[in-house]
Amino acid sequence: MTRKFLGGVPASRSPMRLLRLVFLVFLAVIVWGSEAMAEYGDIVINNYSDKAGMRPAIFPHWFHRIRFRCKVCHADLGFKFKAGGNDINMLKIIDGQFCGGCHNGEVAWSVENCDICHSGKPNTPTQVHGNTIQKLVK
Amino acid sequence: MKRLSLIALALLVAVLGAGIFVDASAQQQAPAKAADAKPADKPADKPAAKPADAKPADPAPAKPAAAANPFNRLMIPKADRNPPPIKDGIHDPESPGTPMLQPPLDAFGGMPKSNAGNNINWVQAIKDKTINPRYDRLNPKEEPMILDLDIVREVKGFMPDVVYPHDRHTEWLDCSNCHPDIFIPQKGQNTISMAQILMGQKCGVCHGKVAFPVSECRLCHSKKKDQPKAASVSAPAAK
Repeated sequence: MTRKFLGGVPASRSPMRLLRLVFLVFLAVIVWGSEAMAEYGDIVINNYSDKAGMRPAIFPHWFHRIRFRCKVCHADLGFKFKAGGNDINMLKIIDGQFCGGCHNGEVAWSVENCDICHSGKPNTPTQVHGNTIQKLVK
Repeated sequence: MKRLSLIALALLVAVLGAGIFVDASAQQQAPAKAADAKPADKPADKPAAKPADAKPADPAPAKPAAAANPFNRLMIPKADRNPPPIKDGIHDPESPGTPMLQPPLDAFGGMPKSNAGNNINWVQAIKDKTINPRYDRLNPKEEPMILDLDIVREVKGFMPDVVYPHDRHTEWLDCSNCHPDIFIPQKGQNTISMAQILMGQKCGVCHGKVAFPVSECRLCHSKKKDQPKAASVSAPAAK
């Protein structure tokens, strides 16, 4: 493969530089390919899910902020700025608290669509996906 | 993935064998030299033959270094940004709900781009009305209460001073989201450091989690120090 590749290099460009570039691209594919690449700000909530035999819930910030400003959930509905810090359970949601403020069949679809939220890979820890600390400390 | 790794490994071996690999750690360079020493007495006109010589010796030291030293582990290549949920690594592809979720790129199509986070410039998107997220849960017509007040924080280091624009924040947030728990609403009462922000405190409560991350230094550090000294409250910057 290498020989073929070198043969196709235009004379104007250094084969060494090109080779190195290709090598780095491959390296990148290997390293990044193995990692989760979900959207920045996706929240995995796994306070109770695993223990209850459900997949963890994933909250996509990007999807919701197209529709609502931060204030609606973080001021009006009382969500704290902390992944896993809100002690949400299904009872509270059905009671109209937290997600249940909208996911009640009126503003948004209701709780019978379990798998739409509970769609995380089992055993994924509670996290803000792509946050700074997660990126720096591996 | 396996095939790709194999190809890359073969390539790595070839590059090391040919002795032209420069961008590597010392760990990688040492075996490269060793491999070079062997075929040195052979005629050097057949570089393609060298990889074969080097093959048995090299893969072991090369692999850990490759895993530890990606080119830039914080940068996601363009083609891999905003993958659909089924491929994003945290959604379970086997969940019946996963294929029902909207892929981010379906929604991001007409939105202004940026270089970090979701690769979307959310502030711009609201400003040019690409999106019009509700300010109230039920009433789509409720308008946000905008406070147009820039706070200039003179920073100690060499970086430009920080301008904090209330207007862009009050588009999204309520005063009570930040005041008084995260920021005491009084001049000189808040010490903020990049260390705190990196650890998710102060600005880092949002910036680095959902709002643009700290890699975008100049979005905050945006006021040159040689400009006339400002009072803590400056005239509104360019909107």
